[in-house]
Amino acid sequence: MCGVCGCGEGHSHSHDHDHSHDHHHHDHDHEHDAAHAHAPGLSRVRMVQIEQDILAKNNRYAAKNRSYFGERGMLALNLVSSPGSGKTTLLTETIARLKDGIAITVIEGDQQTARDAERIRATGVQAVQINTGKGCHLDAHRIGHALKSLEPDNHSLLFIENVGNLVCPSSFDLGEAHKVVILSVTEGEDKPIKYPDMFHAADLMILNKTDLLPYLDFDSEQCIRYAKQVNPRIKVLPLSAKTGEGMNNWLRWLKAELELQRIGYA
Amino acid sequence: MTNLFGTSLHWPEGCMAGTAMHELSLCESVLQILEQQAEAQQYRKVKTVWLEIGALSGVEIEALRFSFDVVIQGSLADHARLEIIEVPGQAWCLPCGRNVAVQQLYDQCPRCGSHQLQVNGGDQMRIKELEVE
Repeated sequence: MCGVCGCGEGHSHSHDHDHSHDHHHHDHDHEHDAAHAHAPGLSRVRMVQIEQDILAKNNRYAAKNRSYFGERGMLALNLVSSPGSGKTTLLTETIARLKDGIAITVIEGDQQTARDAERIRATGVQAVQINTGKGCHLDAHRIGHALKSLEPDNHSLLFIENVGNLVCPSSFDLGEAHKVVILSVTEGEDKPIKYPDMFHAADLMILNKTDLLPYLDFDSEQCIRYAKQVNPRIKVLPLSAKTGEGMNNWLRWLKAELELQRIGYA
Repeated sequence: MTNLFGTSLHWPEGCMAGTAMHELSLCESVLQILEQQAEAQQYRKVKTVWLEIGALSGVEIEALRFSFDVVIQGSLADHARLEIIEVPGQAWCLPCGRNVAVQQLYDQCPRCGSHQLQVNGGDQMRIKELEVE
């Protein structure tokens, strides 16, 4: 049994129990057998009120992660985007500029390979790769396990790079302070209304690859209007991780948010 | 690809990181809850599941039905019926100071045209009720 949440490592079935008893059995096979083996005469059909959020389990783990971050005065950010938006480059450039003053760790989510974690480790910070396999998003449970192996410092900055996907990660709270959605100008400016759930869930939108704007028909103003239609509270930072244009604003945003976590304001 | 129970799935490639995958993982969460509740609520078989799905939850109902049938195979909810209770979207319009009906997250207020809307209904995904034995 693991020390993070009490789950049996490697099981993909239910790991948590609402009630606080300390035994930890996995009796699914037994349940299944019982379901098939019941005697016809004994069946009594009845209604059961459940009233449970489908994501309740994930949300419980997310709350645990959030208090973990809160106790340590850490800033945890959940970076979400389509594949190819330049998330990993943005991260490596950000880390290069911040790592001398701030302790940083990274959780990398991808369906396959450890390539992104290797790119991050090359910058000199600690990174854990989570391969989701067939899964299309990171969930709060797996983040809890990654934290166990990362053991991030108090007052540090944690980037969680989610799987490149603008759909599923929007529903899964990881316990982060903010979801940051990264949209590159090589994508359509109507992405915020095509994938409204993600832009609705995010607090900050980074408009990346602005160095390419002269070569494209991308209408930044329209893109920002669409994002604000979906989420009037969303803030926008345009930048180019490649040329460094706008990076300073992003770094200042990060430092300000980290400071808020450190004083326990958030 | 195979599901949790080892049966083979034929899934369109384009869905791997998209909508249908999303509904598949939601259905796996539903099944986990059914399995957890079996002991506490003393049932061995689930015959019907009522889910409350909000119009703003981002859930594709058809994909959800398809995923449900796939995920419950061989489980305590094998062949269970899925009943969906659709809940309309609702948001608080700041300029109007009242609740208005919305169909999409990017809708404007049907009264004043503002986008200053705070969703306060129709974003849920809940298991409501079960018929069990």
